[in-house]
Amino acid sequence: MKLSDRLFGVVVILGALAYTAGAFQIQSSFMSDPVGSKTFPLMLAGVATICGLVFVFRPDDDPAWPGRMTLGNIVIAVLVMVAYAHALKPLGFLIPTAICAAILSFQISPRPLPAAITGLGLSIGLFLIFRYALGLGLQPLPKAWLG
Amino acid sequence: MELLSNLALGFSVALTPFTLFLAVAGCFLGTIIGALPGLGPSNGVAILIPLAFSLGLDATSALVLMTAVYYGAMYGGRISSILLNIPGDEPALMTTLDGYPMAKAGRAGDALVLSGFASFFGALFATIGLMLLAPLLSRIAYQFGPSEYFALYLLAFSTLGGIASRNQAKAALASCMGLGIAMIGLDNQTGMPRFTGGNLHLMDGVDFLVAIVGLFAVAEVFVFIESHGRESSIGVKLGKVTLPARDLAKGIGTMLRSSVIGFIAGVLPGAGASLGSFLAYMGEKNVQGEKGGFGTGVPKGVMAPEAGNNAAAGGALVPMLTLGVPGSGTTAVLLALLLTLNITPGPTLFTDRPDVVWGLIASLLIANFVLLAMNVPMVKMFVHILSVPAWVLLPGVMMISFVGIYSLSGSYFDLLLMIFFGIVGWIFRKLDVPTVPIILGILLGNHMEDALRRAMILSDGDWRFLFGFRWHAPSDAYEFYSAIPSSLLALAVAGFLAPIFLRRVIKKPRAVSD
Repeated sequence: MKLSDRLFGVVVILGALAYTAGAFQIQSSFMSDPVGSKTFPLMLAGVATICGLVFVFRPDDDPAWPGRMTLGNIVIAVLVMVAYAHALKPLGFLIPTAICAAILSFQISPRPLPAAITGLGLSIGLFLIFRYALGLGLQPLPKAWLG
Repeated sequence: MELLSNLALGFSVALTPFTLFLAVAGCFLGTIIGALPGLGPSNGVAILIPLAFSLGLDATSALVLMTAVYYGAMYGGRISSILLNIPGDEPALMTTLDGYPMAKAGRAGDALVLSGFASFFGALFATIGLMLLAPLLSRIAYQFGPSEYFALYLLAFSTLGGIASRNQAKAALASCMGLGIAMIGLDNQTGMPRFTGGNLHLMDGVDFLVAIVGLFAVAEVFVFIESHGRESSIGVKLGKVTLPARDLAKGIGTMLRSSVIGFIAGVLPGAGASLGSFLAYMGEKNVQGEKGGFGTGVPKGVMAPEAGNNAAAGGALVPMLTLGVPGSGTTAVLLALLLTLNITPGPTLFTDRPDVVWGLIASLLIANFVLLAMNVPMVKMFVHILSVPAWVLLPGVMMISFVGIYSLSGSYFDLLLMIFFGIVGWIFRKLDVPTVPIILGILLGNHMEDALRRAMILSDGDWRFLFGFRWHAPSDAYEFYSAIPSSLLALAVAGFLAPIFLRRVIKKPRAVSD
């Protein structure tokens, strides 16, 4: 089966089409030059389309995709990271970092206690390094708690 | 004598206590980064850059720190290659071939010491080469116009693909993606937004650092989750470390040949350290022949790739500093650092900012000796660091990446973008799509387009200008003006096509992404 590459090729071609459409949306301005704002992006979309066609018609062998369990783990990791990105500002550094690091650690090596210690240690250790050695203005805890 | 006065200027910058401290700190951090599997020179430097900014370092200091990390990572990569049979970073891949068998045969200490010396030899050779070659090249590059630069960028992208992937179409696609992402944001020439989809966060374009930390560091975390950190435990015990003087003396020829090959591979745009160590190893294997026993754990087999990759690391700085076209993934990151500090590498750098260039060269010379000291007598210290398990290391890398990117802009949007790039990087690694061209594309996209547009303004829209033809007023016709653009374009085409044929002849090292 060489499905991965064929599918990837289709995605690339669709992406290149969307990019082409996007290029035509670019508004020109009173300042103009012989090439303009559209030519270079259109050239790129053209080359990308050719590449996509190559993937569809001359695909490589499929890579080893992970099983459902691992894939689930990766999805969880992504969700945790996204949540972390949103939580960092309102909740401060320490709590989200400890939770996020602990979950990631648990996913690499599923033992609860070492993972919890890793999360706690990384959160406090990195905070001390960032705040005092590097002088970053990180906020440690939720604003509301600090009054 | 100009060289000596320049060097004197360089050392006057490099020998200030603070710069010296940065060089030593950089060497130390770099060796750790190189030694830890999963952290290589390019992602190591990438996650440190935001921190360098928040420290408020000036251009010279930041560059000294980061290149010391870069050189250090090149030294450090060999440690896990030899002890764990896992390359600490991609260029150290070839070192596993003879390093690990040596370690299994109880000669881990010898392998580390010999490869440490070979690294020193290669890096010193390349730094001297940089010192001699860079000013010459910058004098030539001084005359480059937009058509030459456009051709040069094209050359960099087409040759980069050749070694970065088994599939040229995938390498080309990666370049296109990077260049395409670079187009997002305000158009330099007209000031009109492009591909922003009305999203205000995208007006300034996609930050290069967000992409590189995502593609390298975050993607690495996914790879480790997939493998459950299986590939991380010390396999070989390190005994007493002594100096195998006889092996070292016998290997001088090997180190010299490998350094020359590595340096040349490094200078070529788009090639880089992985290619340097690969060619050095293969070349030396041919020189030694069957009797050399390469692959069974011979000292020369660890010295050749280490001299080669360290020489290439130095060589890759030559096109980055003189032309503004990086020779590898890590030099691309260094280029980004310079651009962010408002320094434009290129021929004018040598005349406008000699303090930066020569301060850097002097620091590299010093860093080499520091690294030799750290990597030979003190190598045991780094071996202990290797025992940090993946389940502590990777969450740590992840958190540092988050804070680094967050400290740049303070926006969650950049963090989400970073995660997105992480997912893309993981999928692309599965599909054998190289990620280094994406990075290079994001970095150089606007420069490449600018070169094209300026060339067309100069020629009033005549495309023959790109091939070195120019309007000649007296004869009222187009005349061949310079052979440089067409030769560069021809090289670009050859560089793109050659791997398709060569790949059947030589087997390339697995993924290349230094």
